[in-house]
Amino acid sequence: MSKNLIEGRTGLWEVVIGLEVHAQIVSRSKLFCGCSTDFGAEPNTQVGFFGASMPGMLPVLNHACVDQAIKTGLGLNGKVNLVSVFDRKNYFYADLPSGYQISQFTHPIVTGGYLDIDLEDDETKRIHLTRIHMEQDAGKSIHDLHPSKTYIDLNRSGIALMEIVSEPEMRSSAEAMAYMKKLRTILRYLGTCDGNMEQGSLRADANVSLHRPGTPFGTRAEIKNVNSVRFVGQAIEYEIYRQLEILEDGGEVKQETRLFDPTKGETRSMRNKEDAHDYRYFPDPDLRPLRLTQERIEAVRATMPELPDVKKARLMADFGLSPYDAGVIVGEQEIATFYEQTVTASKAKEHSQAAKMIANWLMGEVFAALNRDSKTIETMSLPAAHLAQLVDLILDDTISGKIAKDVFAKMWESGKEPGALVDELGLRQISDTGAIEKAIDELLAKDAAKVAEYKAGKEQLFGYFVGQTMKAMHGKANPGVVNGLLKKKLG
Amino acid sequence: MTTSLTKLSLTAARDGLLNKEFTAQELTTAHLDIMAEKRNLNAYITETSELALEQAKESDARLAAGTQGALEGLPIAVKDLFCTKGVRTTAGSKILDNFIPPYESTVTQNLWNAGAVMLGKLNMDEFAMGSANLNSAYGPVLNPWRRMDAPAKELVPGGSSGGSVAAVAGHMALAATASDTGGSIRQPAAFCGVVGIKPTYGLCSRRGMIAFASSLDQAGPVARTVRDAALMTQVMASHDPWDSTSLNVDIPDYLSNITSDVRGLRIGLPKEYRENLSEEMSTLLQKGIDWLTTAGATIHNVSLPMSPFALPTYYVIAPAEASSNLAKYDGLRYGLRIPGHSLDEMYENTRREGFGPEVRRRILIGTYVLSAGYYDAYYLKAQKVRTLIAKDFERVFQEVDVLLTPTTPTEAFPIDEKPVDPVTMYLNDIFTVTVNLADLPGISVPVGLSKTGLPLGLQLIGPKLSEQRLFNTSLALEEAARFEEQVKNLHKGA
Repeated sequence: MSKNLIEGRTGLWEVVIGLEVHAQIVSRSKLFCGCSTDFGAEPNTQVGFFGASMPGMLPVLNHACVDQAIKTGLGLNGKVNLVSVFDRKNYFYADLPSGYQISQFTHPIVTGGYLDIDLEDDETKRIHLTRIHMEQDAGKSIHDLHPSKTYIDLNRSGIALMEIVSEPEMRSSAEAMAYMKKLRTILRYLGTCDGNMEQGSLRADANVSLHRPGTPFGTRAEIKNVNSVRFVGQAIEYEIYRQLEILEDGGEVKQETRLFDPTKGETRSMRNKEDAHDYRYFPDPDLRPLRLTQERIEAVRATMPELPDVKKARLMADFGLSPYDAGVIVGEQEIATFYEQTVTASKAKEHSQAAKMIANWLMGEVFAALNRDSKTIETMSLPAAHLAQLVDLILDDTISGKIAKDVFAKMWESGKEPGALVDELGLRQISDTGAIEKAIDELLAKDAAKVAEYKAGKEQLFGYFVGQTMKAMHGKANPGVVNGLLKKKLG
Repeated sequence: MTTSLTKLSLTAARDGLLNKEFTAQELTTAHLDIMAEKRNLNAYITETSELALEQAKESDARLAAGTQGALEGLPIAVKDLFCTKGVRTTAGSKILDNFIPPYESTVTQNLWNAGAVMLGKLNMDEFAMGSANLNSAYGPVLNPWRRMDAPAKELVPGGSSGGSVAAVAGHMALAATASDTGGSIRQPAAFCGVVGIKPTYGLCSRRGMIAFASSLDQAGPVARTVRDAALMTQVMASHDPWDSTSLNVDIPDYLSNITSDVRGLRIGLPKEYRENLSEEMSTLLQKGIDWLTTAGATIHNVSLPMSPFALPTYYVIAPAEASSNLAKYDGLRYGLRIPGHSLDEMYENTRREGFGPEVRRRILIGTYVLSAGYYDAYYLKAQKVRTLIAKDFERVFQEVDVLLTPTTPTEAFPIDEKPVDPVTMYLNDIFTVTVNLADLPGISVPVGLSKTGLPLGLQLIGPKLSEQRLFNTSLALEEAARFEEQVKNLHKGA
């Protein structure tokens, strides 16, 4: 049985999931006017004559947003269309001032595309995209400030969104969550969406249906406006079992729009098919079709950063990182950047060994410290150069790995350079054979009984001698030198 | 003195001001006096006499300093479709009765930048929907003209720019702004014996001009002479980065370049515009042909076979766009609000109360033709026909330079004899809508009088951006027709 099939009382079911993700485009001004897009301003302070749909005001396309959409299309392997058209999606609502949303319906800016989602056990799965189109966001209705009134905030109205529509190729909530994570990572790498789900910069509508394997797709329900990766998982899980119960009881799933309630962890019906809007799409006569040149697309392509999948492959090939380590490092662009800065700053001759060691330190000590102090790569004060220097000190035998952990703790707290700390605290490793030999001679003389045991064949005592020598040297002896000398002396 | 000042053409008044024969304040006062005298015509919704006198005073100062603009001190009026900062702008609708725009339309800003003086805001069919100015929330506008055989009968001025043409024909303004979506400048200009031009789509900015049907709406002037219309057009037109459909072209100095020399000009007569013409209109068209032939133009019979489909095409596309454009009038942010117990109820109450019957009809038609299941049969098909209509013109304009047609099928009709069904009323636009559908410029020139003594107009249509050619050909018609003289003779005879 495929792990993606679910077993009901009456047999197996396959889950089919498609996601429509609304990603707010990173842009200083809105899609069709010069109003600011800053989050959290006083209500209705970031809306102008066009945004409030005053009579006679007209849309003027913000080409910075267009470039962002092109970049996203390229980053998601889609086809950027040389001609796309803005349509009006007509419906009445209080937070939609013009009575229509300007969107792209029949001719989107990007067609097709795909992204590879990362699953357990280093498996990946390619999820194809149907399209990416640009559209305006609506304003916000605030229902809880007054018992009978609704307040409207138009600050968000007109902000540029990309709607990224996947094919119905996901088969579990885990895949849907992996899709959201990967999409968010790519958008953040591209700098086209900040991926801030709490502020609503990335919201998903999930289409979920169930069917018997090998039969046509079932009727789907659409869950609207889910705003975290976790909620996407929860909403889909709930929806799968809701539909499963209906189907197993011989009922029919209704085609409807549902809302996810994160406090209850369940979805509920918002409107059914009969209440569905007839949006009366037609090309917006206030805007000419958007025509792009191949040169413009190439100019945008020239600004593309290295994307996570490529970076991951490179880290594995160049530094021999494991797929898991490389995956964690590229998962957030800030981590990848910090990692690469550290590797660049390292002066170690054994470069790829340094790179591997840096990965271990980053994912071990640095992540632990971040967790403990509730910080992130962006908010921590550790410079990449300090971590690089610490690793260099280990590699050139100035300090041992064990001592390095103490140095790390001190450097994390104080912000001081590890080299300076090593000197300050007298932690420099001793490789002088004379001093070590002296300590070993003293030890062997004192512990003659143990030496006899060792020589009689109790070889596991070797570790004991190493430990005692290190203790005598206050941990600063070069372990390699200690090992070599002990082996020689014990015959 | 005052009466004679309002008899001047725009260009003559300009010369008078430049020659210091009178002041802008005198000129403005003369117009304000006539406006007061002729309030019965109901041409103005809002008179802005204080503002006008203030502007006139400033104009006089600039004229004295020699820093005048192209329209310095010239009193004109503005169709109430153009937003004017701080001055109520209604679009002829109750739903905007209390609307005072905090911004100025680009077209009117261009006029004020050139020194023009605003007399007031002109009556119009609600949201520019109508052909008789009977659809205004501010009451009908009367045509300043009367029939000789029935002088007591009140006549319509045409629409939707009824206030604009009545004000200019009635000497209540030297010129006026107007707008034309399917004939709203040219048809009323013909009914009131004035010149009206609908420029190429995109020549004048639509920013701040309240939308009826965005892909068809175009601002243009109404004036008493061809030269006046040329001067107004060159000031109103501009490339506007705030209107994405605005054309990025240099605006020629139409007035300086104007000439009535039409020798060698190829005039096309579309056969579809001559079918079922009244005898009177046929005679008028023949006169036009004769005048232009005499002036050295050549006449060519041409065909625009898609023409019969223009009117139904127009009455699908225009209402479709209007149904969406007018959705913003929801009672929430400005304009009329009639409360309700729910959001939907407030929408219903507000829009039922705020919109007149013709506007409601067109919103319903537009909503219908865009709805699922009907879109392909109506809207999409209409768009295809629109393309074919434009191709008709493109082909014909490879053979001829200008087309000559009547502007309207009839003379102005009495208010109490208005067609009872909307479709007959829509037939008023039969000769004018094609021009809007093809984004072309069209001009109506008064050239004759009907048997009952009412003005009749001929229309000239040119390829895109051929305004200069249209002004030139119109001037040739104007000079040959001597319309003013015909009117004088008529009154002598009467």
